[in-house]
Amino acid sequence: MGRKLLLEHAGAEGIRYYDVYRKKGGYASVEKALKMTPEAIVEEVKKSGLRGRGGAGFPTGLKWSFIAKPEGVPRHLVCNADESEPGTFKDRYLMEFIPHLLIEGLIVSSFALGSNTTYIYIRGEYAWIPDILEQAIAEAKANGWLGKNILGSGFDCEIYVQRGAGAYICGEETALIESLEGKRGNPRIKPPFPAIKGVWDRPTVVNNVETLAAIVPVINLGGEEYAKIGVGRSTGTKLISACGNINKPGVYEIDMTISVEEFIFSDEYCGGIANSKKLKACIPGGSSVPILPANLLLKTAKGETRYMNYESLSDGGFATGSMMGSGGFVVLDEDQCVVKHTYTLARFYRHESCGQCSPCREGTGWMEKILKNIDTGKGKMSDIDLLWDIQRKIEGNTICPLGDAAAWPVAAAIRHFRDEFEWHVRNPEECLRRNYGLAHYADEREVVA
Amino acid sequence: MKFSEEKLKKVSEIIACYPEGKQKSALLPVLHLAQEQFGWLSAETMDYVAALLSLEPVEVYEVATFYSMYNLKPVGKYLFEVCQTGPCMINGSDDIIAYIGERLGINPGETTADGLFTLKTVECLGACGYAPMMQLGKHYREHLTKDKVDAIIEECRNNAAANN
Repeated sequence: MGRKLLLEHAGAEGIRYYDVYRKKGGYASVEKALKMTPEAIVEEVKKSGLRGRGGAGFPTGLKWSFIAKPEGVPRHLVCNADESEPGTFKDRYLMEFIPHLLIEGLIVSSFALGSNTTYIYIRGEYAWIPDILEQAIAEAKANGWLGKNILGSGFDCEIYVQRGAGAYICGEETALIESLEGKRGNPRIKPPFPAIKGVWDRPTVVNNVETLAAIVPVINLGGEEYAKIGVGRSTGTKLISACGNINKPGVYEIDMTISVEEFIFSDEYCGGIANSKKLKACIPGGSSVPILPANLLLKTAKGETRYMNYESLSDGGFATGSMMGSGGFVVLDEDQCVVKHTYTLARFYRHESCGQCSPCREGTGWMEKILKNIDTGKGKMSDIDLLWDIQRKIEGNTICPLGDAAAWPVAAAIRHFRDEFEWHVRNPEECLRRNYGLAHYADEREVVA
Repeated sequence: MKFSEEKLKKVSEIIACYPEGKQKSALLPVLHLAQEQFGWLSAETMDYVAALLSLEPVEVYEVATFYSMYNLKPVGKYLFEVCQTGPCMINGSDDIIAYIGERLGINPGETTADGLFTLKTVECLGACGYAPMMQLGKHYREHLTKDKVDAIIEECRNNAAANN
């Protein structure tokens, strides 16, 4: 059983409410942090090795250290709760079941960054969660953890929740800032980075929900102790939202020393593949990261065990590896069609492209159409190379990473499952009736019923 | 066209969350309020919101047309927004969408003649572990099966009848 730093009390009766949360040791990190200097807190976060949990994995302490502090200009912390990456539903779980953990992390982080007004930008579809967060904020304020002169420290802080309105792109931090300003979610050209010019041109730090919640154990344990959990540059714990064809979909907190095999097959986590089928493929970190066939998922190309951490999941680069990403873990069994699955993702990215950059706006539409043709038996052999060519021309040629995010799943599907695409083209009628590649890519282990 | 007193109070509270002069930031939340009250965002509604926040109408139009949750034409009393992205697809969302369409006699994007139901397909709503799923009003309906769909349709019809 791995150590739980975030979800230890998530199942406790009434933990959503202040009294229970406080009894379980809640808000201790605020008491500790307000006796420290903001600089000392940033140092602890740096020492902890905590990396952004939204997808990019950028070191949080380093990001915080970039914030500009011009005289007389307010600074803002913005919590990115625009969780929209297909396969990802961990932040929702955290906000829904243990909202005070996020509020606690926000207060400490606001103090460290000098943000007197902090915003939570939450995706619009999570329409019932702002009520839960606002209840937690009101309770925290009623108990002196928010408002003026918190614990006599002289630090003032208010937290507000803003709902988005349906746009994946607003998970990109500069698009989120635009949206918070009441505009279309068009990403900004960087530089200037938000740390210099963010919301209303003020210095701004945007961090993911899970990242900000993890500040609580970082402060409680101290950066050095936190860094001892996990392995290498994958410190602390990570929330994984597991879904697809598994027995136990859900949100799991892992310490990053367990293997992918253990995560999928042990009863503590996913509980194996559903309906006694075999594992065919997996997207380990949200829809944007490369899909891997079973053999490359469980072992690296060098034949070493693959682990659930940043370094091991990306071992082999995009040729034979993938990424930790957002922790959205999508498992496909032997009956799933990679072409069709990739088509739904291409449709998703076409739908979500903001339209600013031509390679992404046009390219995602073309990829969707071509994939739909192949999936429905109307594809040509040359379409596969055309798809490859389009994704290559999107990647790296857009203002924001949505272009890359749209290109990578298509590239990986062709890289690892090219014969499945070819089979669709060669068997236009049969591909509508059944899927190709059943046991070919599937994990060869004995299936335990 | 005017917000209720309760909604107007809410608008003031929302504006107060942002620095002075930055009331444009209130636009997304205020459009949600408008949609709650008026059901969808007509040009007239958008112009009203623009005036309320001292914005040019075009600033409201460009936002309303960007975000997928804003309805730019009338929708049924019950809007079924069914996810069709990868993780839901591998758990059978195509069958669920087809079944809802069959039960209601409409295709995705259409509204029933009695104005009660609209069926819409949407992209990932962040409920992948509880697939297939749909949004109905403020909440999610998860682990959908044909039986559950039947029960939801029944529930909506009963609610509509009770409110008439």
